[in-house]
Amino acid sequence: MISKFNLYKLLPWAVTCLIITPIFALIISAFSIDNSGSFQHLIDTVLINYTFNTLLLILGVICLSFILALPAAWFVACCEFPSRTVLQWAFMLPLAIPPYIVAIVYTDFLDFSGPVQQFLRSFMGWQQASDYYFPDIRTISGAVIVLSLTLYPYLYLLLRSAFLGQSGGLFQAARTLGLSPWAAFWRVSLPLSRSAIAVGLSLIAMETLGDFATVNYFAVSTLTTAVYDTWLELGSLTTAAKVSSFMLLGLVILITLENYSRRKQKIYQRSGATHTELRFVLQGWKKWGALSFSWGLLFAAFILPLCVLFYYAFHYFSESLNESLWQYTVNSLWLAVIVAFLALLVALIVNFYQRLSPGPLAKTCIRFTSLGYAVPGTVVAIGVLIPFTNIDLWLNQLLVEFGFSRVGLLFSGTLFILVMGYLVRFSAIAVGSIDSSLAQVSPSLDLASRTLGQNASQTIRRVNLPLIKKGLLTAFILVFIEAMKELPTALLLRPFNFETLATYVYQFVSDEMIEYAALPALLIVLMGLVPFIVVNRLLEKAS
Amino acid sequence: MCALLVKQLSCFYQHNQVLNSLDLKLQKNEIVCLLGESGCGKTTLLRAVAGLQKQLCGSIVINGKTVNEQGINITPEKRKIGLIFQDYALFPHLNVFDNVAFSLNKLTALEKKERVNDVLSLVQLSDYAERFPHQLSGGQQQRIAIARALAYQPDLMLLDEPFSNLDHNVRFQLIREIRSLLKARSMSALFVTHSKEEGFAFADKIALMQAGKIVQIDSAQRLYQQPKSRYVADFMGQSNYLNVTVNDDYSYQSDLGLLTSDRPLKHSKGKPFSLLLRPEQVVIELDGQGLGEVLEVEFLGAYQQVTVSYLNKNYIIKHSNHLHNSMQFNLGDRVSLKVLSHDFVVFEA
Repeated sequence: MISKFNLYKLLPWAVTCLIITPIFALIISAFSIDNSGSFQHLIDTVLINYTFNTLLLILGVICLSFILALPAAWFVACCEFPSRTVLQWAFMLPLAIPPYIVAIVYTDFLDFSGPVQQFLRSFMGWQQASDYYFPDIRTISGAVIVLSLTLYPYLYLLLRSAFLGQSGGLFQAARTLGLSPWAAFWRVSLPLSRSAIAVGLSLIAMETLGDFATVNYFAVSTLTTAVYDTWLELGSLTTAAKVSSFMLLGLVILITLENYSRRKQKIYQRSGATHTELRFVLQGWKKWGALSFSWGLLFAAFILPLCVLFYYAFHYFSESLNESLWQYTVNSLWLAVIVAFLALLVALIVNFYQRLSPGPLAKTCIRFTSLGYAVPGTVVAIGVLIPFTNIDLWLNQLLVEFGFSRVGLLFSGTLFILVMGYLVRFSAIAVGSIDSSLAQVSPSLDLASRTLGQNASQTIRRVNLPLIKKGLLTAFILVFIEAMKELPTALLLRPFNFETLATYVYQFVSDEMIEYAALPALLIVLMGLVPFIVVNRLLEKAS
Repeated sequence: MCALLVKQLSCFYQHNQVLNSLDLKLQKNEIVCLLGESGCGKTTLLRAVAGLQKQLCGSIVINGKTVNEQGINITPEKRKIGLIFQDYALFPHLNVFDNVAFSLNKLTALEKKERVNDVLSLVQLSDYAERFPHQLSGGQQQRIAIARALAYQPDLMLLDEPFSNLDHNVRFQLIREIRSLLKARSMSALFVTHSKEEGFAFADKIALMQAGKIVQIDSAQRLYQQPKSRYVADFMGQSNYLNVTVNDDYSYQSDLGLLTSDRPLKHSKGKPFSLLLRPEQVVIELDGQGLGEVLEVEFLGAYQQVTVSYLNKNYIIKHSNHLHNSMQFNLGDRVSLKVLSHDFVVFEA
């Protein structure tokens, strides 16, 4: 008989195993023997080139995002100029647009037949493409620009709160010691934000490493596209797994760096007068400089892409609005809701395990369930495929041996595996979100409840859950948004004939039919944007 | 039957022995203060009694019910104790009424209301039932925390540094209030603090802890006047130690002359001891021929604290300012010292 006590400890570990299995499966298969020889072939031919491309891409995106995010965060946190209050949340908006949608918008916009070149031709009197030089966006530099425009908010968010959290007194002290505002910024504010920068940049690096659609659309071959190609085109799961574990190695470095920086971050947060009370009032050219930078960035990253999408969606509305669009929207919504619900469940199980029996064991559970988000969607997909295709094979064999007919791909060929893939990837968001809201509930409240005659489950129900209501909703919405946007996992794991909005848009994107992609793309953006605003409201009220 | 009986309790935390075969007995209706430096194990003992501490050996009996023993560890919710926290631990999502009624989920609505109103009037906060914790002052929050614990009708009240977050003025008023409240309800209580003034004001008895053990448990007065060790003597107040040797059955020989006792000393003649002298047990007088020299004077309102060097040893002496013959001391003044007759306390030299 399993006692109540055992069950309560068994559950979090069962959940953790479920989430961590794909990553272990990858590592195991990385060391297994590859009969097809295609991994060797990859090494001999393109792997070095792909690795180089990946590194170059990451480096480029990191640098450009830094250049975009740093002034944005500084202006909003430490300066005073018109529209600052609007900008401080508007700068986050580009997160709502998946990068590949920005990619197709810019391609269309800057194409030979696009408005920019048309205008140049009519203005300059050029006739054909050979008459002039125009940079091609479908290159690695183009990918760097597009990814930076959509990923810089990660760094912006962290930098802004780092600037806001810093004691303004330090900055003032620097000024009284004879430093100009500019010098004080470089010698005090920026060094104090070092860890926020490191965390933000490693997040951006992870996202870049995981991006599949943009680079594939721009025909830039990276490790992520290599995983996709080896599985879907060469059909070799082992090779895909080997490339994936190669990427995991890089991720381990990034995660270590990120953890290390996060640990240091706490030291720098002090109370006292904050920058909010001491904002610089920008005037003259400084004001106009800040305004044109901020709105220029927002225009390029959000307003222009959204306008182009609206334009096409409006003009091709009747063609785009059909039965399948409705069907795929419903698919996406359902999938996102189910995944968000399950991720919340996973998060509650491991977080309350930690709350009730804190210690290294519970910490391990939290760590393991938080790993998935760093892992690229394609890699997660391969990781999920390995165990479940094997289970399916084994199950069918067993059934045949016992004289039953085959059931087919019960796990790997159904929605089950897609949900699993999403869960592996997105549980981390819920775990992190619940963890931080639970951390704000003083442990003495639990003890008070226990000494007032309430047992553990009554305490959770009557004290903890009501106090983290907002955290629960936030976690749910954050997972929902990510699941709505997710593409690579869906592309690799969706059952036959099952489309989500993202895969539907991506079909049109790869066929360069922006006019049909526009309406569903807008739906993705809006369904991300609305909950995003709700979450922000919640978080702002909480603080 | 005692309210609390702790026997041979030991506790290990990360290879450190926090409690060391500790014994403690608490009578019914008695308020005992656990006093000690931080890290001496007083909070651990409180947590152990509340059932919040793991890795214990020894036994704990609350009101005749064994809650800890070999193989027994009753969960906190089944111990019938009231625990008051340093940060009050009021549930921020519940108003005062619901906080106080938190443990009463088995009562009917009417009974609940009666019980809550009863304890709220006891802490004189009947009008605050609808308020939320953040709308109350620190002292009010603490009183609500007490009311919440009282509503549960515990067998034993445990208080963990309950007054440390309060202003000095509010603190001693609240201490008096809560003490009379606990007394009115005939409640037994164990109270943890590092401030001896709080202990003096709140408790019937003080248990002084050192390195996981109770070194002495007694009334505040006895702890101060009859400490059993130099540690206790120093913890309870300022102390001077005078080297003495036994002169005869009723007197010691010392630098400050012959000290005679009313009671027989029961020590063999010629044996050396350290005699405890509280600063107020010495009389200081200006005396041009005196052997003492004033090194330091602090004016502290009701008295002056004078440091005197006497035959190469320093003594701290309190000189009351409201005596009709009170004197003003200055640096370098020659003085003579005289020990007032009292119940002598000596330690092995």
